[in-house]
Amino acid sequence: MDFLNAIVLLLNYLFVPALSYGSQLALGAIFVSLIYGILRFAYFTAGDLMSFGTMFTILFTWYFQSLGINLGFLPTALLALPFGIIITILYVLIKDKLVFSYYRTQKSPPVMLAMVSIGTMFVTQAIVRIVIGPFDRRFFDGEKFIIKANEFKEMTGLNEGLAIKSTQAITLLVTVVVVSILFWFLNKTKTGKSMRAYSDNEDLALLSGIDPKKVVMITWIIAGILATIGGALYGLDKSFKPFTYFNNMLPIFAAAIVGGIGNPFGAFLGGYVIAFSEILLTYAYKKFFVYLLPESLEPEGLLQLLSTDYKFAVSFSILVIVLLFRPSGIFKGKVL
Amino acid sequence: MRKNLDIVIAYTIMLGLIILVGFLQSWSMALSILCFCLISAVMTIGANIQWGYAGLINFGIMGYTALGGLAAVLVSVPPVQEAWQAGGLNMILCAFLIAFIVFSVRFVVKKYNRSRKRNYGIATIIIVGLILLRLISAPAIESIEAVDPATTGFLGGMGLPILFSWIVGAFFAGALAYIIGKIALGLRADYLAIATLLISEIVISIIKHEDWLARGVKNVIGLKRPVPYEVDLQSKEWFIKLVEKFNQGTLNLINNTIERQEVLKQLIIESSTVFVKLCFVGLFTVVVIILLIITQKALYSPWGRMMRAIRDNEEAANAMGKNVVKQHLLIFVLGSAIVGIAGAMMVTYDGLFTPGSYRPMRYTFLIWVMVIVGGSGNNFGAILGGFAVWFLWVEAAPISLFLINFFTSGLDETNALKIHLVNSIPYFRFLMMGVGLLLIMRYRPKGILPEKIKHI
Repeated sequence: MDFLNAIVLLLNYLFVPALSYGSQLALGAIFVSLIYGILRFAYFTAGDLMSFGTMFTILFTWYFQSLGINLGFLPTALLALPFGIIITILYVLIKDKLVFSYYRTQKSPPVMLAMVSIGTMFVTQAIVRIVIGPFDRRFFDGEKFIIKANEFKEMTGLNEGLAIKSTQAITLLVTVVVVSILFWFLNKTKTGKSMRAYSDNEDLALLSGIDPKKVVMITWIIAGILATIGGALYGLDKSFKPFTYFNNMLPIFAAAIVGGIGNPFGAFLGGYVIAFSEILLTYAYKKFFVYLLPESLEPEGLLQLLSTDYKFAVSFSILVIVLLFRPSGIFKGKVL
Repeated sequence: MRKNLDIVIAYTIMLGLIILVGFLQSWSMALSILCFCLISAVMTIGANIQWGYAGLINFGIMGYTALGGLAAVLVSVPPVQEAWQAGGLNMILCAFLIAFIVFSVRFVVKKYNRSRKRNYGIATIIIVGLILLRLISAPAIESIEAVDPATTGFLGGMGLPILFSWIVGAFFAGALAYIIGKIALGLRADYLAIATLLISEIVISIIKHEDWLARGVKNVIGLKRPVPYEVDLQSKEWFIKLVEKFNQGTLNLINNTIERQEVLKQLIIESSTVFVKLCFVGLFTVVVIILLIITQKALYSPWGRMMRAIRDNEEAANAMGKNVVKQHLLIFVLGSAIVGIAGAMMVTYDGLFTPGSYRPMRYTFLIWVMVIVGGSGNNFGAILGGFAVWFLWVEAAPISLFLINFFTSGLDETNALKIHLVNSIPYFRFLMMGVGLLLIMRYRPKGILPEKIKHI
C-alpha cells in the first residue's frame, strides 16, 4: 500500500505536471527547430510569437463568450484556437514578406537574421502589450478537473490523491494529435519530403526543382500553427502573461538545442527532457521516502536536490552540459 | 576634422537633444539620462569590442553587469562581524573545497587519457564534492541568514571606498568570462549567443537566491557614494555661496528678504541634486574617455588588425599562424570586463543593489540594439548608439504621447481607442526599438557611424 501511495505521489506531483509542461515546451521547440533547419537562423521571436497567437485566441474566446457560445465542459478557447492560428499565420507571412525575405535574397549570414528576429521580437512584444496589456490573464472556462484528488482517494482507498486537470489532458491529447500529423506530413507527403531535403542540402534541393518559396512559406505556416497551439495550451494550463511567454523562450531554445537543433523529433523529445529534469531536480522527495522507508530511517530534511528558485537554472545547466559533450544535441541535429 | 565630420555632427545633435530635455523637462532629469547614457556607453564599448572587433556574439551582458554590481556591494559594505563569526569559517572552508574540486578534476583530466573510467572518476569527484559542500555550507548559510535578517543577514563586504569596485567588478566579470569562454567559445555564432544568454540567466539566479552573499532579492541599500550627499551639500558654506552667485540675477529681482531666503533655499535644494549628478557625470565621462582612448589605440594597433583579420576570415588568419582560440578568449574576457565596470558604475550611481531588476532577456537585447544601431566596429558609433538608444528608451513615453495626441486629434477625449492607446504608452518604446532596429538593419546595416578602416 505504501508503495502504491509513493507511486501515486510521484505521478501527481512529478509526472503529470512535467508531461504537460513538456508538451507545451515541445511544441515551441519543434517550430524553433524547423525554422533553424530550413531558414537557418535562431528565431528569437519564438516566445513572443506564442504570446501573439495566444492573445488572439483569448480575444476570440472573449468574443465567443460574449455571444454566449461555449463548448460545455471543454474550454471555449479550443473553439477560438483556429481563428487565432489563422491570424498568427497571416502575421508571420506578412512579417516574412516585409522583413525576412529581403535578407534571404541577400544571402545574409545567419547572425544577421538572428539580429533581425530580435527586431521583430520587439515589434511583436509592442503589439501584444498595446493590444491586450502586460497583465496576467486567465481565460479558462469549462470543467476544471477530470479526476479530483478526493474522488481518486475514495475510488482507490489510498492516502494520496491523483488530480488530473482537464487542461493537462487536453494538452497531452492535442500535442499527440498535432505532432503525429506533423511527422506524418514531414515523412510521408511530397511537400514534407521536399522540406526535409531543403533542410538537408539547399543547393541540391534547388537543383532537383524544389520551390524554395513554397518550402519557406510552409515552414512559416507550421511555425504559426505550433506557436499558437503551444502558447494557448500553456495559457490554459497556467495563465497568460506576455513577459512569462518572453521568458519561456529560453527553455524552448534549451529544448531545441538539447534535442539537436534542426531536428524536429529531437526537439520534441528535448521538450520533455527539459521539463522532467526541471521538475525532478527541484522536487522535495521527503514524502516519497517517508512512504517507502521504514520509520527508523525516515529522512530529516526536505530531500530536495536544488531549491525551486533554480528551476530555470537547471534546464540551462543541462543545455551547457549537452553543448559541452555533444554539441550536435542528443539526437544528432545539424552538425555545427 | 573633415574626415570626422559625421562623428562631430552626430554627437552635437545628441548633446543638443539632452540639453533640450534640460530646458523642456528638468536639468536633474537631463543629467540622469546623461549618466545612464554614459553607463550604456561603457557597456556598448565592451560589447563592441567583442562583436565589432572579433565578431563574437555575447548575450551574457546582464550576467557581467550583475557581477559588477555584486563587486560594488562586496567592496563597499562594511563586513558583518556577527555573520562572519556565525558561519564565516565554514564558508571559507567551502571556498577551499571548491578550489580543491576544480584542481583535482584538472589533475585527473591532465594525468589520465580519455576513457570511460576517467569520466566516472570525474563524476564521482564532483558528486562527492557537491555533497560535502552542501553538508558544510547548509548550517553556515542558515546561521548567517539568521543574523539580523531585516538589515543584514549576509557576510557583508570589505568596507573599502566604492570606486575600487569598478576595478574589482572588471576582474569578477573577466573571471566569469574566462570560464564561459573556455566552455562555450568553440560553438557556432548563434549557439554561442544562446549559451551565453542562458549562462547569464544562471549567474543572476544564483545572485538572486544566495542570500548570504548579497541579500538576494532583499536588496542591499544605502551604498556609500564617491560623491557628496545632497543633505551635506545643502549646509555647506561654499555651496550656498556658489548657488547665490549663479542665480544672482533672479535673486536680485526679489526685494523681500524672507521671500528671498525661501527662494534661495529652494534653489539650493534643486541645485544640490544637479551638483551631485554633475559629479557622477564627471566621473563617468573620465571612465568613458579612458576606455575610448585605450580601445581606439587597440583598434589601430597590430593587435587590432589581427582581430579584424580573424573576424573577416578565421581560417586565413589561422593559416597565418595567429592563435584564433587564444585571441577569441582574450577579447571575450576584455570585453566582458568592461561590461563589469559598467555594472559597478550603475550600482554606484543608484546607491543600491537590486538583483531582481537584472533582466537578461530585456536589457541584453537593448545593449545589442545600441551597438548595431550605433555602428559595430566603430567605437564612436557604439557610444553614440548607447546615447541615442537610451535616450529614446527613456524619452519614448513623452514622444509617443505627443504622436498619439497628434494622430488622434480628430477623436474626442472619451474615445475608447484613444484612452486605450494613451494607457499603453509605456509599450510604444518596444515598438520604437523594434522598428528602429529593423530600419537600420535594412537601410544602413553598418550603423549610423559605420566602421572606418584606415589603410596605412
